[in-house]
Amino acid sequence: MSENVDTSRAPRRIGKPASRFSRLFESKQLGWGAFVVAIVFPFILATPYAMNIGTTAVIFILLASGLNIVVGYCGLLDLGYIAFMAVGAYTSGIVSKAWDLPILFTIPAVLVMCILAGLIIGGPTLRLRSDYLAIVTLGFGEIIRLTANNLSITGGPSGIYGIPGIELFGLKLSDSVPFYYFCVVVVSLLVLGSARLGKSRLGRAWRFVREDEDAAEAMGIHTYKVKLAAYIFGAMWGGLGGMLFAAHLSAISPQSFVFLQSALVLMAVVLGGMGNTRGVVVGAVAISLLPEFLRDMGNLRYVIFGVVLVAVMVLRPQGFWPSRAFEVERTDGESENADPGPGDSVSPAKGGTL
Amino acid sequence: MTQLIWNGLFVGSFYALIALGYSMVYGIIKLLNFAHGDIYMVGAFIGFAVLSSVGVIPASMSITALLIVLLLTMIITGGIGVGIEYLAYRPLRNSPRLAVLITAVGASFTLEYGVSAIAGPNPKVFPVRLEGESFDFLGARISAPQIVLMVIAVVLMLSLNSYIQRTSMGRAMRAIALDPKGALLMGVNVNKIITWTFFIGSALAGAAGVMAGAYYGKIDFLMGFIIGLKAFTAAVIGGIGNIKGAMLGGLLLGLLEAFGSQWLGGQWRDVFTFGVLIAFLTLKPTGLLGERVTERV
Repeated sequence: MSENVDTSRAPRRIGKPASRFSRLFESKQLGWGAFVVAIVFPFILATPYAMNIGTTAVIFILLASGLNIVVGYCGLLDLGYIAFMAVGAYTSGIVSKAWDLPILFTIPAVLVMCILAGLIIGGPTLRLRSDYLAIVTLGFGEIIRLTANNLSITGGPSGIYGIPGIELFGLKLSDSVPFYYFCVVVVSLLVLGSARLGKSRLGRAWRFVREDEDAAEAMGIHTYKVKLAAYIFGAMWGGLGGMLFAAHLSAISPQSFVFLQSALVLMAVVLGGMGNTRGVVVGAVAISLLPEFLRDMGNLRYVIFGVVLVAVMVLRPQGFWPSRAFEVERTDGESENADPGPGDSVSPAKGGTL
Repeated sequence: MTQLIWNGLFVGSFYALIALGYSMVYGIIKLLNFAHGDIYMVGAFIGFAVLSSVGVIPASMSITALLIVLLLTMIITGGIGVGIEYLAYRPLRNSPRLAVLITAVGASFTLEYGVSAIAGPNPKVFPVRLEGESFDFLGARISAPQIVLMVIAVVLMLSLNSYIQRTSMGRAMRAIALDPKGALLMGVNVNKIITWTFFIGSALAGAAGVMAGAYYGKIDFLMGFIIGLKAFTAAVIGGIGNIKGAMLGGLLLGLLEAFGSQWLGGQWRDVFTFGVLIAFLTLKPTGLLGERVTERV
């Protein structure tokens, strides 16, 4: 930690240098490693079932990294995140079917609709306490589902069928393996984007708002704008996830967008470690694969999810793989690894303002 | 017209009962207890379990049986509420708000799917249906069970109100709501009062659950989700943290909903309710009876 931090405070206990194990986990090459694993996966197991699960998991990673912007970086609880996915999926489905467009051409419409939805929900509620946002987003998730269920343009309860697959440069990616690769590439870019956003100026502002909103306001951060930005970025990520989802399944219906799904995405973010992209990716993979292994247990698995969610918050609120800044802040410099990761410039700044 | 008003008031009294629990807990520890709607659902299922284990109940006894079950359920759901507070919320009393909210979601999840794992995911038919002839009053059709349930709800709300206003326990609750630290310094056992608040709030929600089960006749494990949201809306309309506001908000929401679904069609009822919630948060976030509270830093 740099010297200019601790001038006004009692000397910090500087911990041991990072162990080899934790240095491995902080390694910058880790993202590439995960990417290679995702690329190699179809060579090992290319059954349609495995590809289906893999594509779903990859889309789920995208959703988790989007929600991570809202919950992890900015500390706003969004309980209706799946609604943005629904907005994205329905927009791309309706637009591509109505004008017979390739689904990739619907991206601008998807983004516009998601930003609008984010403004409608975030606009009034982000001025209030964050609790209100939680419950309003919960209501919003239901509104979107019920609206999709009631309108005729969305196909009512049976939804929309026959959404075209992805077509790129005249190349049809409707096969399961090419589509999987397409998703891996797109999602990797977006995950990288969200990680970079977290380290940008805006990302630092988000973390500051999360840790202490009043102090952030006092330091000249326009907290409302910053929170709205987080919410809208999250909405866009969710909408793109919805577009991929629509292209993947080629059919969407209101039953895909129930509260359970929002809760699962939230669980991925919370378990993995709020604010840490790597942790969130691991959490998303775990949450999307676990139900496949626990299929015999029926609804009992969700009971376990609920208990785990409570237990994690009580016993290890920073998640299994927290971002360094979070941990240093919580234990006030007494953590084992007081040396924050490179580029994690948040904790010195925070130490100074505490 | 009178029919709409009556229906609105009837449904609204359910909302008010549940909104009370929301509002009490929020008033005292500033926590949105997401599991509250699910306590209502658990109450309905406990009533269902007790009534089915008893066997056939003659129709003449159904109201007496219902009252006994109501009391029993209130005690059990109150206990569940206390257990949730002890296990999930108390360890996080001084944690960031986000952590507590997430815990609340986890608790709600556990209750929902716990019930579905025990009782099965399919809807259940409540063993006791309140039957009774209906009569016309100023052009509205009012049935006897509706009156019974309405009376129970009003009695519960009035006794809660006098409890909070008249007893020393109620005074302690109001003191904590005003200033937890100050109350602690004045010798109020804050933890005990919070436990007791959870007990009362959850007991009221459980009572509403049994009543809804007996009236509508069908229960399922996700029934608490929507009604929890609506009760929250009711609490916001009345001014969250305000006991009288919760009652007023519940009745008002019932009326709004009755007129809204008449106007837009029944399938838009829930959408309309959330629209009302968002409108209220935009225009008057303090609610009708709430006071503007400045956040203390």
